Amino acid sequence: MRLVKRHIEPDGSGSVTLYPEEPEDMVGASKVFFCAILTDALQWHAHNLIRPSDLLTASAIRRVTSESASTGSTSSHRVHVNLTIRVKSLDFDPQAGQLHVSGRVARENKHTKIGQHHTLDLELNRNFTLTKEVEGKDGEQGWDSVAKEQLEEATNPQKKAEIVAVVMEEGLANICFVTQYQTLLRQKVTMRVTRKRDGAKRSAKHDKGLEKFFKTVLDTLLRQVEGLIEQTEEAKTIPILLASPGFTAAGFLRYASERAFATSEKLLQSLVKRKAFIVVHSSAGHLYSLNQVLKSPEVRVKLKDTKYARETRLMNDFFEMLRKDDGRAWYGPKEVEAAVEEGAVGRGGGKLIITNSLFRNQDVATRRRWVRLVDRVRKESGGDVRILSSDHESGKRLEGLGGIAAILTYPIVDLGDPEEEQVAVVNGNDPP
Amino acid sequence: MSKHRIKSVALEDDYADDYYDDDDQSGYVEDVGMTAEDQERLRVGTVQVRNTLGQGFASITDKEIQDALWHYYYDISKSVSYLKNKHTPSQSKQEKTRPAKAGSQLAAQVHHQAVKEPNIHHLLPSTAKDFFWDSPWLNIPLHRQAEIRVEPVFPRLGLLGGSSTGEGKMSKIAALAAKRRLKEKENEKQRVADTHTSGLPEDTASGLSKLRIATSHTLYPHKEHPLSSRHDLQSTSRIDQTQEPPPKGDALPPSREQGKDKRTEDSHQPNGSQSGANVADMRANPSMFARTLMISCNTAWPLSSRPPTLLPEPVISSFDFLKPSPDDIVLKAQNFKGSKTSTSSKQQKPAKAKESIINSMENLSVVEPETIKSKNLDVLAEYKKVERKNAANFVVIGHVDSGKSTLMGRLLFDLKAIDERTMEQYKEEAEKMGRGSFAFAWVLDQGTEERARGVTIDIASHKFQTERTSFTILDAPGHRDFVPSMIGGASQADFAVLVIDASPSEFEAGLRGQTKEHALLVRSMGVARIVVAVNKMDRTDWSKERFQDIQQQMLAFLTTAGFKSENISFVPCSGLQGDNILTRSRAPQAAWYNGPTLVEELDTSEPVNHALEKPLRMTLDDAFYDSVQNPFSVSGRIEAGSLQVGDQIVVMPSGIKTFIRSIRVDDEPSDWAVAGQNVILSLSITEADFDQINIGNMLCNPAFPVENVSSFTAKVLAFDHLMPMPLDVHKGRLHIPGRISRLAAVLNKIDDSVVKKKPQVVHPGSVARIVVELDEPAPIEAGRIILRANGETVAAGHLE
Repeated sequence: MRLVKRHIEPDGSGSVTLYPEEPEDMVGASKVFFCAILTDALQWHAHNLIRPSDLLTASAIRRVTSESASTGSTSSHRVHVNLTIRVKSLDFDPQAGQLHVSGRVARENKHTKIGQHHTLDLELNRNFTLTKEVEGKDGEQGWDSVAKEQLEEATNPQKKAEIVAVVMEEGLANICFVTQYQTLLRQKVTMRVTRKRDGAKRSAKHDKGLEKFFKTVLDTLLRQVEGLIEQTEEAKTIPILLASPGFTAAGFLRYASERAFATSEKLLQSLVKRKAFIVVHSSAGHLYSLNQVLKSPEVRVKLKDTKYARETRLMNDFFEMLRKDDGRAWYGPKEVEAAVEEGAVGRGGGKLIITNSLFRNQDVATRRRWVRLVDRVRKESGGDVRILSSDHESGKRLEGLGGIAAILTYPIVDLGDPEEEQVAVVNGNDPP
Repeated sequence: MSKHRIKSVALEDDYADDYYDDDDQSGYVEDVGMTAEDQERLRVGTVQVRNTLGQGFASITDKEIQDALWHYYYDISKSVSYLKNKHTPSQSKQEKTRPAKAGSQLAAQVHHQAVKEPNIHHLLPSTAKDFFWDSPWLNIPLHRQAEIRVEPVFPRLGLLGGSSTGEGKMSKIAALAAKRRLKEKENEKQRVADTHTSGLPEDTASGLSKLRIATSHTLYPHKEHPLSSRHDLQSTSRIDQTQEPPPKGDALPPSREQGKDKRTEDSHQPNGSQSGANVADMRANPSMFARTLMISCNTAWPLSSRPPTLLPEPVISSFDFLKPSPDDIVLKAQNFKGSKTSTSSKQQKPAKAKESIINSMENLSVVEPETIKSKNLDVLAEYKKVERKNAANFVVIGHVDSGKSTLMGRLLFDLKAIDERTMEQYKEEAEKMGRGSFAFAWVLDQGTEERARGVTIDIASHKFQTERTSFTILDAPGHRDFVPSMIGGASQADFAVLVIDASPSEFEAGLRGQTKEHALLVRSMGVARIVVAVNKMDRTDWSKERFQDIQQQMLAFLTTAGFKSENISFVPCSGLQGDNILTRSRAPQAAWYNGPTLVEELDTSEPVNHALEKPLRMTLDDAFYDSVQNPFSVSGRIEAGSLQVGDQIVVMPSGIKTFIRSIRVDDEPSDWAVAGQNVILSLSITEADFDQINIGNMLCNPAFPVENVSSFTAKVLAFDHLMPMPLDVHKGRLHIPGRISRLAAVLNKIDDSVVKKKPQVVHPGSVARIVVELDEPAPIEAGRIILRANGETVAAGHLE
């Protein structure tokens, strides 16, 4: 995303105009098909930037109904207008790849009245302007530190790093796309594979079932990769990780290679030819085993120094500290707030880890609570704040902990009141 | 209810004064199979019928009303009219309609009249001749004979799968054949009668007693029972038969009836009070069959002329048929039948008739209007009746490459569960692949991948028998990646065989690896007994020190893992050489060991009791297309309850309902199965539904299904640090992703009191109460669970 205009007052109010575009190297012939829709990464940024009650100005197509004064007959036609809406909700469907921003019209023009509802779909290569306002002490905070950081991140062009991963076991395969911002489960394949039975030739059924399963997985995978290649040329070089316990992944690779030789599927042949498939180990075929896959050296090389890799490393560190239980690793909103209150998340290793889904909360007060916590750690205690993508595996692990965790500068044995029955789940947590 | 029942209902309409025979008996049996819904409807219906009948019919028992309701499908008005007809003391009407009865029914009529209306005796004919005036097997005029021919002597073997007793037109050829047969039969009749006469014992008392049994059990026709409509047609044909006196002792029709009735009787447990009445009644009035026979065999003493009350008392008391179970009755009846037919060896038709009736009875369902008919067995009674070998499943566990599969392959080979030729073949194949030493393992490692890699991947099961016990081996994979399938196998095991590689440094490696994990897992899954097979002793040159060292270390470990020391035993052995498996080692170095061999050790296992009385629970091990006849099959071990052919079952979590078409217990066909048995069920299910059934699904009784839960609280022993994290939940074969959403409390190990609420992390070795959320709802109820994360077992415990 390119920053076209930035006008932010010291108090945080102001507007930003952004031009959503793909990096230069991604221009491809197939782009034609996808020009209207933002790519996953752009959507992800937009989703993080736009919050409820912001003002969003973007071009839109609106159906206008006009009534003739004399006869009362109506006619409707579609007009291209620039609409400004006050955002009410965001509907982000990462799997379908669509971001809908709905709200009510905030500025009147020829065709629309204030208060009318409209849902904007952000489009590629069309400017949009996002305005955040400050409303007193308890209201909106405008472009707070978190929002500014996210803006920076969105406008900082980074090379995309993508990986396709198939986490599988016999009878189950999860096909995922891993980008540096998010992990998308594109498709899940489940199929019963008959087990071996005793007696002669009984395992033939198992072999047959396994082959059928492999076929289905490969078909699905090729379809997904095809779609990816249409979207970005870069996809032609992405690696495909095959992860499984035991020999399932190896068996799948063998099946894919055999099929590449036996048939004339161009895509499959090119994948096999450039050795796109990499077999790695995972302990199960369930999606969360992706965590293990992403720890593998193959992925680490590929995603080295990306935001994603840092996040994963951070979470691993945190869990490691939690295991040690030396009083320096805490999680849960109440506990972390108490720790911040004590100033334990400060200079010299103090880290506040928070998932970005907390900032997407519908409730302004809740959002402000987290922004203030972040600001406090940053400005007062001097600690480090890491905002993790909830769309990533590491962010999901963090969400399991209540969306917030902290590594303290010094150990605290007991935080908060354990007698208090408070479920460690944030109210109104708004995962995508 | 099948269409048979409907037909018989229609008949009851026609012969409204039909006699109440053993309806209450059938009602009694049906109670067993009655659903709560049925019972409720019956109860309500009874009240309604009573109201409708009013005071005048107060003598009618609830049982009769319920039976009537049952037969009329709770149709109140029909039931009422039926009951009214039955109980209206309109003798004249009965007299008028009685001639219109099938002769075979007369006996019952007589019998029941005696029961219900003792004062009717004077109406009965007093001589044999009179008595049999309307018997169908008498001098039948030729023009009638043709009508009799169409009776269902043979089951109508409809190509399109019609029921054997179904109504349908006979083909011309069939009719012709029937005609021929009938002619032959007619010829035979006379001969039969002759042999019969001579064949019967002279001792009247014993003869009588035999007859008693026959008559009391079997002779009374059961009109309400789903005999074929053709049978009734035949009955009606008898109606107008000439009233000529009966020829001597033609036993054919009675025996035919007998066959039918026998079968009818089979499926119904005798009702105590009712049969008591029968006994009393018998004294009053011997059956027609008895009379006929008595006349034929001992004309000097015409039975009909005797006052019925003079029948000898002991004879009557001797036929107590309450005791035997339905099956015994079948056997008895069949034996009786056999002895009868042996006297008339050429009498093949009744046997065939019997077959047809067997078929028709097998097709008779009392529970569901489905194509599969339940025999409505009392499975538990059946189970208890048969004395059988102990049955035990054991899981073979241990570190990878400790020789589990080879040891078991050797064991099966030594016990001749694998024939030499197959073994030779395996050896040859193994040699060809350059894995000669794997030949024994191939008995169990049937998978292509398994053989190629020389590693067991999935549980393999195999059966073998010793003198005391019939065992099922569950050979678990040792590789850490396949612990999930090992858990699946261990969940079906009664005890475990832990195989340890005794060779230098391998034992130590194993102890750090899966030896430890497996032992902990089987213990957490409730396996109490463990046999430690110290394998590959040949590699240590049968070193006693090595064995004792291993024994000591393992004993210490296993006792801390929770095994009682008396439940742990050690056997030094060699799978590859076959020492101390079935036979004692011949190696001189191994002479120091004189304990039991592995097989002897296995044989000491005590039978495990299973929850037979509980609702059905069975986790599916596998679902597969079996054969053309039974395409949709599932296998597993029944964890609780019992099932039989024709039962409805529900598969959770999908909730698909289906019926059991056939059952195989340990690869033998069976009508039923109980908890603890390894079964293969074939289901009557559509392919689309079958595809939804997955390994790990739960099969349950539809009345008591397992609930699908999306989260549960469990008390677990932590093997690793627990914190809110994603993990795999294992429950038997079920293996699903979930996450710990909350650590509720750390508990005191001894008294479960809360040590710490809401801990941030649970440390290894402590007991905690945790809340687990599942990604997708799954059929999990009380029981043991294993939690694994990143390929390691992190906790084990049970649901709260």
